[in-house]
This record gives sequence, C-alpha cells and structure tokens, in this order.
Amino acid sequence: MDAIILQILNGLDKGSAYALIALGLTLIFGTLGVVNFAHGALFMIGAFCAVLLSRILSMSYTTIDETRTDFLGNPMQVNVPYAYDFFGEAAGQTIIEWAVPLAILFAIPIMILIGVAMERGLIKHFYKRPHADQILVTFGLAIVLQEIIKYYFGANPIPTPAPPAFTGSFDFGALLGFDANQILYPYWRLVYFIFAAIIIGAVFAFLQFTTFGMVVRAGMADRETVGLLGINIDKRFTIMFGLAAAVAGLAGVMYGPIYSPNYHMGMDFLVLSFVVVVVGGMGSLPGAVAAGFLLGILESFASMREVINIIPGINQIIIYLVAIIILLARPRGLMGRKGVMED
Amino acid sequence: MSKSNLTRRGVLKTGAIGGAGLALPTMFASRANAYTNEPTGSTVTLGFNVPQTGPYADEGADELRAYELAVKHLNGEGDGGMINTFSSKALKGNGILGKKVEYVTGDTQTKSDAARASARSMIEKDGAVMITGGSSSGVAVAVQALCQEAGVIFMAGLTHSNDTTGKDKRANGFRHFFNSYMSGAALAPVLEANYGSDRKAYHLTADYNWGYTTEEAIRSSTEAMGWETVAAVKTPLTQTDFSSYIAPVLQSGADVLVLNHYGGNMVNSLTNAVQFGLREAQANGKNFEIVVPLYSRLMARGAGDAVKGIFGSTNWHWSLQDEASQTFVRSFGTEYGFPPSQAAHTCYVQALLYADAVERAGSFEPCAVVEALEGFEFDGLGNGPTLYRAEDHQCFKDVLVVRGKENPTSEFDLLEIVEITPVDQVTYPPDHPQFAGGALGSCNNGA
Amino acid sequence: MSDQSQTTGTIAPKAASRPGASGAAGRSRGTLGLAGKDFRLLLLVVALTMLAPFILNPFPQTSGLAQFNAGYPDLMQRFVIYGIFAIGFNILFGLTGYLSFGHAAFLGVGSYAAVWMFKLVGMNVLPAILLSVLCAGLFALLIGYITLRRSGIYFSILTLAFAQMCFALAYSVLTPLTGGETGLQLALDDPRILGTSQTASGNIPVPSLFGLEMRESVDLFVGGWAFTFNAGYYFCAIVLLLSFYTAIRIFRSPFGMMLRAIKSNQQRMRYTGLNPKPYALAAFVISGMYAGLAGGLMASMDPLAGAERMFWTASGEVVLMTILGGAGTLIGPVLGAGLIKYMENILSKINSDILHGWFAFMPDGLEDFVITVIYPFIGKGWHLTLGLMFMAVVIFLPGGLVEAGQRISRAVRGKKGHDTTDSKSEHAE
Repeated sequence: MDAIILQILNGLDKGSAYALIALGLTLIFGTLGVVNFAHGALFMIGAFCAVLLSRILSMSYTTIDETRTDFLGNPMQVNVPYAYDFFGEAAGQTIIEWAVPLAILFAIPIMILIGVAMERGLIKHFYKRPHADQILVTFGLAIVLQEIIKYYFGANPIPTPAPPAFTGSFDFGALLGFDANQILYPYWRLVYFIFAAIIIGAVFAFLQFTTFGMVVRAGMADRETVGLLGINIDKRFTIMFGLAAAVAGLAGVMYGPIYSPNYHMGMDFLVLSFVVVVVGGMGSLPGAVAAGFLLGILESFASMREVINIIPGINQIIIYLVAIIILLARPRGLMGRKGVMED
Repeated sequence: MSKSNLTRRGVLKTGAIGGAGLALPTMFASRANAYTNEPTGSTVTLGFNVPQTGPYADEGADELRAYELAVKHLNGEGDGGMINTFSSKALKGNGILGKKVEYVTGDTQTKSDAARASARSMIEKDGAVMITGGSSSGVAVAVQALCQEAGVIFMAGLTHSNDTTGKDKRANGFRHFFNSYMSGAALAPVLEANYGSDRKAYHLTADYNWGYTTEEAIRSSTEAMGWETVAAVKTPLTQTDFSSYIAPVLQSGADVLVLNHYGGNMVNSLTNAVQFGLREAQANGKNFEIVVPLYSRLMARGAGDAVKGIFGSTNWHWSLQDEASQTFVRSFGTEYGFPPSQAAHTCYVQALLYADAVERAGSFEPCAVVEALEGFEFDGLGNGPTLYRAEDHQCFKDVLVVRGKENPTSEFDLLEIVEITPVDQVTYPPDHPQFAGGALGSCNNGA
Repeated sequence: MSDQSQTTGTIAPKAASRPGASGAAGRSRGTLGLAGKDFRLLLLVVALTMLAPFILNPFPQTSGLAQFNAGYPDLMQRFVIYGIFAIGFNILFGLTGYLSFGHAAFLGVGSYAAVWMFKLVGMNVLPAILLSVLCAGLFALLIGYITLRRSGIYFSILTLAFAQMCFALAYSVLTPLTGGETGLQLALDDPRILGTSQTASGNIPVPSLFGLEMRESVDLFVGGWAFTFNAGYYFCAIVLLLSFYTAIRIFRSPFGMMLRAIKSNQQRMRYTGLNPKPYALAAFVISGMYAGLAGGLMASMDPLAGAERMFWTASGEVVLMTILGGAGTLIGPVLGAGLIKYMENILSKINSDILHGWFAFMPDGLEDFVITVIYPFIGKGWHLTLGLMFMAVVIFLPGGLVEAGQRISRAVRGKKGHDTTDSKSEHAE
C-alpha cells in the first residue's frame, strides 16, 4: 500500500512536469497547428535562465589568497561575489541560493520576448506552409538554440540546487499513519507540483475567463470568421506564442533542482512532450494535462521492481505502449477535437 | 593546407608513377603498402576520434586537449610532459621514428555508427595509422572491431566496461583505462572498512552493457565480503527523473544504494537520491550510504554538493602526488589553465604508449606494435608500475578509490583520494568468468 | 498535410511536358518504360553515381581544399545507402502524405537481420540483403497494419512509439539478440555454416559478393588527384539505381496515382468506391522494404548493427533529408541525404589546426580573427551549421534543394515566359 502511494506521489510530480511542457506545446501545436520542434529548446532555455541568473548573482571579482595554492602551486585565486559586498556575506549567500525561485521573475520576460520574437520573426511566415516545412525550420531553430547554449555553458550538466529551505523531505507516511520514513517526498517536488498546478490553473483561467482568452479560443475554432469580425487575431496569436514560451520556460526553471540542466535536455523531452500532447488529443488543453499526469503516474508504476520482475523491460517502453493503446482505442486521443491535424 | 600532402594518398601519389592514369588493382586495406596506411613520407597521421557533440562533448573536448598536448610533446614542443618521467626512454621528442606527428580529429557523437563512420574516414581518407579516443564502451567496442578489420591499431580512450577487453577484445585494440571488475575489487575493501561487512545493498543499474558488467562486478566483490544484495533494478538510459526508482529504496530494507550509472544518469540519480533524503536516512540501525562505482570528475560537478562523502573509483586524479602525475598536471594546466580529467590522462598516456611502442618496434606495422605493447611493463605515467597484459590487452595498475570532498577549495577539487589500491588486489586471471567469451584473434596488418 | 502539393509549388527536374495529374493511362512509354524526361533523370542519376569518385573528389590531394573531398569509400557508400532510405521514405511520405516518424526501426531490423545472416550462414551479401528486405517488409506489414488505422499526427506518433519501443528494447532487454549498447558484431566463433568462421590468418572474414570483397578498392592517380573505386560502393550504387528506377515506375504507375489520391483527398477516394487503406499499407510496406534494404546494405558495408540506428533522431533524420531535398520529388530525397551526410562527415572533421593551415597566409591578427569567426561553425560546432542550413533552405527554398536546382536551370534557360509558367503549373512530385 505505502509503495503504491509512494509511486502515485512520484507520478504526480513527473506528471506535473510532463503536463507543464505539454501545456505550452499544445497552445502552439494543438491549437495554432504549428508543429513546433523548438518547444523542447524553450524548456531548456528556461532552465538555463535559472543558471544564468545564478551566474549573474554570483558574479565575482578575484582576489589572491596567499595562504593557499592552486593545483599548479601558484597562489590561489579566490572569487568573491559582488553580492557579498552589496548585501553582506550572509544575505548575499542567501540571495545566491535562492537563484532558482528568483529566476521565475527573471525568466518570464525573457521567455515571452523569445516567444514573441520567434513568432514574429519566423513562425508567422509558416502558418500556411506545409507541416513538413514547419518541422524542418523549427528543428533547425532548436539545433541552433541548443548549440548557442552549448557554446556558452558547455555540454556537462550544471548544478542548480534548490534553496536550502527546500532541501530535505516531507514525511507523507507519518501524515497518513504509516511508519516514519516510509513515504518521503522531497519538499522541492512538492513545490514543483504546487507550482505546476498554479500555472495550469492560471492558463485555464486566462483562456476561460478573459475576453482575450475568449477571442483566442474563437480564433482556434475558426480563425477566418474571427478575422472577418474585424478582430486582429494575428496579434493575439503572437501573445499566445509568448505565453506558451513562458509556460515552457517556467517548467524548465523550476525543473533545475530535479534535473541538472544541460544543453540537450530539450531534445530529451521533445519526443515525450509530443507524445503527451497527441495522447491527450489535438486541440485539447485539458487532454494534454490529463495525459501528462496519466503517463507520469503509469511510468512511475512501471518502474517498480515488482512490475519489472513480471514484465522485464516494461519500464523502458511503458509510455509508448500506453500511447499506442490509447490511440488505438480512442481515435483522437483522450479529448481530441475532430479534424485537427488529422489529414 | 599544409596537411594535405601528408595523407596516405598524397604520399602514395608521390611514390606512384606520376602523371596519367595508372590503376593499381590492390586491396583497399593494403594498397601498395606492406600494411594499412604505411607512412612513407616525413610525417605520420594519428586519428583522434572523440565525442564532440552529445552528452559527452565536454569529456571529448578534454580528451582532444590531451591529444594535442601529447602531439606537441612527441614532436618535441612544449615541456615534454610525461615523456620525461616515462620509464621507457625510446621517445626522443622528434616525432615517432623521426616522422613528425600530424593528426586528424572526428566526432563520435557517442554513437557506434557515427564513430565508425568517423574512424573509417580517418583510415580511408586521411591515412591514419592509429585511431584513439572515445568516451563510452559502446563506441570503444565498435571502433575496436573496425580497426581490427581495417588493420590499424586502436588505443581505447575512456571505456570502463569489462567487455572491451573481455568478450569483445581484439588483437589490434588496447585499453589503458581500468574496468568494472577493478572498480569492484578496489572498492570492496574500502567499503568494508568504512561501512562494515554486514550491509544490504540496493543496486540501480543503467540498462545497457556497461551497467550490466559494473553491477556484476560490484555485486560479486561486495557479496564476497558478506554484503547482501537486496535488489537490483535496471533503469532506462534515457531516464531523466529517477524518483520512482529511488523512492522505494528505503522501504526495501537496504542500507546502501549502489548507483551503477555514468555521466548524466549518474548526476541525476545521485541528485535525486540526495533529494529523497537518503544521505540522512537511517536503515537497519545504520547510516544509509550511497556508492558510485565509477566517478567522472567532469560530470560529478553537475551533481554539486550531492557528491560529498560518496565513495567511488577513478582511473587517475590530478591531485596524485607522484612525480609523473605532477608533471602532467603542470604541463596540462600551464597550457589550458585547469587540471586534466581522467579521460584526458588516459588519452594522453595512450598516445605516448603507442608512440613508444612504435619506436621500440622500429616500425608502424600493426603486428609489430602489438608485439611491442603485449606484456610491456612501464612506470612513470601516473599510475605507478603498469603491465599491458598480453592475453587481453588490458593495463594492470593501481586503482584509486575516491570520495566526494566535503570542503572543495575550487571547482576542480571535488574528489579526494581515499586509497590507492595496489595492482595485485585488482588483478584477475584472463579467463575470469566476468571476462569469459570472445577471443583476441590474431593481429591484422590489413594486408 | 494535404496542402503540401499546392503550397510547395513547383519542383522536380522531370516530366515538364506532361501535367502530373493527367493520370497514368495513355502515356507514351519511352525507353525502359519511362517517359523521356524520366529517362533523362535516370540517366543523370546513373552518371552521377557511376562517376561519383570523380565528382566527389574535385580537389587535388595537395590543395588545401582537399578537406572537402568526399570521394572515399565510406562516405560514398553512406550517400548511396541513405539515398535509398530516403527514396523509400519518400514513396510513403511524398506520395501519400503519411508522415512516419519511426522509419528507422525498419532500417534497424534490416541491419540486425543482415548481421545475423553473416554470423550464422556466411559472408555473402546477397542472402543477407534479401533477408533484410524480407524481415523489414514483414515488420512493416505488421506495424503498418496497426498504425494506418489512424491518420495525420496520430499516425506519426504511433509510428514513433513503435520505433522508440524497438530502440529501447534493443538497447536493453533484447541485448542477447541485438548486442545492446555495443551493437551486434561478428565474432571469431560464429558458425557461418556456408562459410568459414575465420580466415586463414585468424581474422573474421569480411562481407563479399561471391568472393568479391566489399572493401576492395582500386586507385587511380591523375596529376594531383587520387580517385578511389570501391567494390562496395559500386554494389550499393547499382542497388540505388535499381531502387531509383523502381521508384520512378511507382511514381508514374496507376498505383502511384492512387497514392497521390490518398494524399489529396481520402474522402473523395472513398466516395468513388475505393478503399485507400490497402494502397496506403502497400506504400508503407514498400517503403519499409526500402529501409530494410538500406539497413542490409549498411551492414554489408560495415558488419555491425547498433540500436541507436532505431532511435527517434535517426527517424527524424530521414524526415529531414526528404524535406530538405524536396518532399514528393524523385531526386530530392537523395540530394537531401547526401547533403546531411556530407555535413556530418566533412564539417565535423575540420579542427582549429586545419583552419590555421588554411589561413596561414593572412597576417596574424587577421588570421586569428577569421578563425575565431569560423571556429564555432565547424568541428564540434557542426550541428550549428546544420541547424542554420535547415532554416535557410526552408526559408529561402520552400521546395527544398530541388527548387534550387530548378531556379538555376530556369535562370540558365533564360527568361522565356512559357518555361516559367510551365514549370509553375507543374504538379509537385
């Protein structure tokens, strides 16, 4: 029993990551109909926003410490962050440690800017082009973006730890009446789950309850008619793209403490996010979120050794297997709309 | 371009009866030469095949730096590095056999197909007489088989799987790096001394060949000293979040977690394990412990503070105090501004060992080089007295047991050496069950 | 993806005289059953493949540009093999519009089948390749039967899921069958019942065609040039020509018309009483067999089969090759395959040492500056160039490389009005 609760919890936070990435993708791909292979790269850039902010906060000047020597036997060069001088050592240290949460504020404008620039500069010209062309151009863009990141940050994963306040685990088991230390759940994953829930809720509320959202939803359903009504739908689609980029970026920022960012992490998540969106059903935001959580939880269960012992290798293929079963059982995924990307 | 006239064809062209179309019907591997890519000009070309894209790109970049440094030293530029400390004095700093060393580079992408394509282009287009490098066992095994077929020497880079010199060994291939078995044999006594002999281990193993051999090696070594293996779970290579594998560990009754992961997998599984509070946890009345059999300092950086206090093994570390290591660190550090990684070290050493073997053999002929390397005993390359065993072309030398440092003084200073396990303790017979199957075959000159 | 043909506009150096939509009936058959324009295209491909050792080695060995020569056996073989792969993929994608994102699985299955033949039966490449094609075909029949129940993106994701499952299993659980991470290799103690386990000199025998070793080469030296004629390459090239010829016949056949009908309007096809599914399945299987053929050839040139051949990036690569060259055109996919493989093998090998050699004639400051500018795009940065090229091609050449060729030929032919209109009205194929 406790093992199952444990895997549901694990599935929830895996699922919230999948759902967040898929949510951004489905705004662009499921509704604007643009096959955006650069979406993973947006997620990756989000994660690197946190890295960048942490680098900025810990920007340092160099002093020579004569008492110590470096690996070549020369006097040791010690880096002192400017933050220490501005805020005092203790406060400066705290600010640097809180780089990841602070990066949320830092990343939102950057990601919106990148998203809008991408749409205005590139994607706009591809709405009417075949999907094949969209694949080629966004794949090219994804490669370029990740190579730029690699050029500046290297290929190795970069540690982006959570603030010390969030290290350690929360004992869920004690809460539910199990023995201590049986069901532990790291605080940061709890934060990630809550964060994802807030973002998902905010996006839905935005599309559901604002005039802007209403127009966009109308535009998705019938772009031409909305245009004929004299509404500038193009501008709103640009904003949508910025929004999608921001959602992807935020998913990346907060994922840093769980998965040390590296330049190819976008590609690692790209295929998965497409699977989630399609399993959820094209054109359906709730579908994408549901599919994200479903696949996350099933993946967690498949990685239990009791399950692997019965079906070896199931943990390797579970996501794809479930995707196949769902798509064969339900022609348009969980909640797909008829006619979207079906031809 | 100054290099072009050094390629095999360029060299051949000068030798061939110049002018209009004369076709020489010979085999691809041999041409007019006694063996593949015999260097007949004033230079010799080596092929450095390292990952330049993909997850191991930084490790590959470090390997390439080491090779470039080795070429400098072989050609008598720079401070000579470990040529000065090397026990064999055949190298004179005038190239190899008086021929200036040139090199070509390629990208393995850490994929066996791409690695073989790159190696074949070095052999077929650039006339490389030796291929070296790589940062994974899959690539090493694939390229080693190719070199055997084409008749050139392969000096493996970073490859830790038992298979490279076990079931997939080849006569033309040589490995200086240590292997899974040695990691297990070196780690076990240290683990026993620190954690006791009554422990229950839980293995998480990367689900591919290297993971299998490492799990097998660690299990058999630790079980021999009394540890019990509670469970061993395989994790997909492409896994990005290990939480669902780590979470059940505490419930399993285990009190040690062994992470048979490398590279990005290791960074993530270790980070996750620490996040789940395993470091602070108690199990069976003991402190819960984590072990990482193979450390990579470059990658360990990605795990940040999570590596502190965690035992593992490594082939070489820049903080070693022997003269050879110090010389190499000084040489590399002066050139590039930071200390070399173990990948850089093994690649540098492999380049020197090859050059030395050619000098001693008096020829670039692969079979002569193989003969010179087989059973070769040397010292002064940073690992103490070392033997290139003839039976399987594996180097036998001391193995370092290291631990993540509690108070690192710099971004390079992540590991501290706990013990230098003497070579006798990690030596195994060539027919050891973990290395069973496969045969060296006979050396191939490509003729 | 139905509006492909309308929006990609003109393409294909072929059949200008014949409106593509005119149907198969009543066509005048020329040589080998091909219309004149198609026959000229075939002749062009014959010339290109047969003279490849010359065409790909345009620079003398002694010149600095020799780095850009691609006329060595391995790369020539790769050009041709990936060309076959892309031609096959294009039969499915270019004609029916079904975008398979898991085609590499068939290539992988073909490779494994061929290597197992080498291990168990013998080193002759013909039976190995036949088995590859057969296995891939059967596998494609199975996968196609399931996946073709869906269309559009749902079909793409289904094929992707199958291929990813193949990769994951081959890399891990199926290691005894596939060799896992290290790939399936030949060994000295393989049975090879119709051949020898090892050669007299104690080595593993190499793949051959009735005794003609695939790696045998003949060199030709002319002035500063060296040209290599490799047995394996010419074997692959002949297979490519046969594949290409078959593809032309398929494109021009009534069957091909049916496939195009699937792409343009499945609904209408059903109303006319035709069931599109068997046609789509046939195209899927044919295209899977092409992939298996490519896999078998790959193993014949270099007897090793690795699981990463089936990874989604490999499937993605053939999609990119096809689009880059010009989806739906006959020659486009081959060109796309060639360009990507060329970049991968040539650009990645240029290092800073070579750059310094090239620009040594410049004053020091300028030399360093030029190298600093170029360096991020070559060697370890070759991916960046690849990405930029993808974007540039799709932005400036909406029809892929074939369109570039067309624009050039149009410019050469002059600005004769009817030429332009003629090719504009042409159906994209």
